Amino acid sequence: MEQYFENIHSVIKLNTENYEIVKHRNQITYTIPKDNLLDICFELKENPEIALDMCVDITAIDWLDKKHNRFEVVYFLYSMNHNKRLRLKVQISESSLLCPSVSEVWGSANWYERETFDMYGIKFEGHPNLRRFYMPEDYCDPETGEPLYPLRKDFPLMGIPDSMPLPPYPEKFGDVI
Amino acid sequence: MGLDEQLQKDGFITTSIDAVIKWAQNSSVWPFPLGISCCAIEMMAAASPRFDLARFGSEVFRMTPRQSDVLLVAGTVTYKMAWVVRKIYDQMPDPKWVISMGACASTGGMFRSYSVVQSIDKFLPVDVYISGCPPRPESVIKAIMMIQDKIKSKEYKPALVNFGKDVSPMPHQGSNSVM
Ligand code: SF4
Repeated sequence: MEQYFENIHSVIKLNTENYEIVKHRNQITYTIPKDNLLDICFELKENPEIALDMCVDITAIDWLDKKHNRFEVVYFLYSMNHNKRLRLKVQISESSLLCPSVSEVWGSANWYERETFDMYGIKFEGHPNLRRFYMPEDYCDPETGEPLYPLRKDFPLMGIPDSMPLPPYPEKFGDVI
Repeated sequence: MGLDEQLQKDGFITTSIDAVIKWAQNSSVWPFPLGISCCAIEMMAAASPRFDLARFGSEVFRMTPRQSDVLLVAGTVTYKMAWVVRKIYDQMPDPKWVISMGACASTGGMFRSYSVVQSIDKFLPVDVYISGCPPRPESVIKAIMMIQDKIKSKEYKPALVNFGKDVSPMPHQGSNSVM
């Protein structure tokens, strides 16, 4: 393996023994436990040999019942100095839905985590402003009052009727709302 | 005989106020360019010299709803955006018309999903629909001409009905806390 990825490997091994590594088409993915996420991310950013200083994207995958843990949060990292990329994955169970926030490490993570929260309902602990990003803030099922998360696999494609109201039709001249 | 020709012949005319107002409205339809996605590019092209919407008296794209006659909805309207569209519509002085440009605004288009309004005629009285994804600039010009035909013929709309009224508030978006 290249020296650069050996550095990364040693950082991850130092922090946890509980990791998985997948190599596919020269792309490297680590699955790490969520308790070690923050330490690893700090080290990956601050270590000058690695310097993954840019968080390109954060998103999630909903495996429904295909995997033991329903959700997986995915981090796409990039090093401008070394021109290298790395992918990290963290598994989140449906019962807790908690994941540590990396917005202290990379400022760009702030909005990505808000988006992931909006779409999957994963709650990022320590996030400074965890509100919905795209959907209305009180977006929920009108019957049960449960909040809705549209990118989950069990969410119907056309949404829940009446969950987002439309403005009323102007019946006559001069109608304003 | 049109008003123009009569004026040229005699130098004066006797006619109804209605006819004069319609004549004036019809030759200066000012659109409000509500370009909310890719259709807006073709809408801009329609106003450009190549297609030249100015030939039909509609080249003045007003950037404020208070000065425009036609709401040109060019793009995908989401449920969140629908309130904004309605607010802009409310701010326009009467008489006003609505053009629904493109597949998205008219039917939801390829976005058959939870977030996109499947046609703006669910909350706005649309006068002309334009088909296409995106429509050609010629279709936009045709739509403006159809509005002019409407003004000239049957559809008389009274002026200044909502003058001075307050306009719509935004919908309630919930409190800021989630956790
Ligand atoms: S109809 Fe086509 S071109 Fe127009 S806004 Fe929709 S996707 Fe874009």
